Amino acid sequence: MADDALFEFLHMEMVAHVYKQQASRAETEQERTTSVSILEGMGFRVGQGLIERITKDTPGFKDDLDIMKFICKDFWINLFRKQIDNLRTNHQGTYVLQDNRFSLLTQFSNGKQYMEEAPKYLAFSCGLVRGALCNLGLDSVVTAEVSTMPSCKFQVVIQKA
Amino acid sequence: MSRQSNRTTESKKMNSELFTLTYGALVTQLCKDYENDEEVNKQLDKMGYNIGVRLIEDFLARSSVGRCHDFRETADVIAKVAFKMYLGITPSVTNWSPAGDEFSLILESNPLVDFVELPDNHSTLVYSNLLCGVLRGALEMVQMAVDIRFAQDTLRGDNVTEIRMKFIKRIEENLPAGDE
Repeated sequence: MADDALFEFLHMEMVAHVYKQQASRAETEQERTTSVSILEGMGFRVGQGLIERITKDTPGFKDDLDIMKFICKDFWINLFRKQIDNLRTNHQGTYVLQDNRFSLLTQFSNGKQYMEEAPKYLAFSCGLVRGALCNLGLDSVVTAEVSTMPSCKFQVVIQKA
Repeated sequence: MSRQSNRTTESKKMNSELFTLTYGALVTQLCKDYENDEEVNKQLDKMGYNIGVRLIEDFLARSSVGRCHDFRETADVIAKVAFKMYLGITPSVTNWSPAGDEFSLILESNPLVDFVELPDNHSTLVYSNLLCGVLRGALEMVQMAVDIRFAQDTLRGDNVTEIRMKFIKRIEENLPAGDE
């Protein structure tokens, strides 16, 4: 029953570490795996594992929208103790999930300060969503944008096979 | 109503899985970044230290423990308050040295290692080394230099996880020059 604070601190350290490694990594690897993609990859694997645990006893989902609603409610509550505040869709595979008080950004700033740093702290969470969707059968691309902290929007684009 | 409360306890339990799985992803990434286990152990300790120096403030703000008068009290607070608050477990405090400066924390279960198995080629990896760093960093912020290491580890075949903590010295508070 780990505390929220533990995860937040661990996440901070992870981001710091991955970015510190960036310098040495750029020299040794052929392909440029950026820090963001590494964090996103970690989130992906964690998301895959988590969704399996969370949906163990859940009956199947009717459609994509049902899945997205689950992500916005149960999944988000599980991870961040609150729901997504706003879900929008164009009914053609694109969804925007808005969290007005994203827990990994609340300690950052209450506005525009440190805006450049924010994407680093969202990469892991984008991976979480992408991993969860992947194991629910949806291939997606997940990006995040921040205009005013601590509010942020996750954009999910479902890839048609 | 009852269904909702069921979900709350479940979500609390599941929340530790987020931490556990994230920790696993981190250790995996570290093993990729560094060739040998010793380096990974060192990194985990360093990261734990960075977390610990911040965590202590969170801990002191949320618990109402006052200053500990001796190392025994410190041990009790760590086991009964801190571990309970952050990891939901209460390790037992045993194996006090005769001088009273060294003790063991015995963890029957270690939430960090749920779902984890060490492969053979990582036999010297101290998977939960982050914990050592966290404890070391936190205690340093309350003026205690403590040496912390894992004496037993369930991942390496032992029955329990044992963390050995040895008091080294009290760190003197350095007041900035010019302060009264």
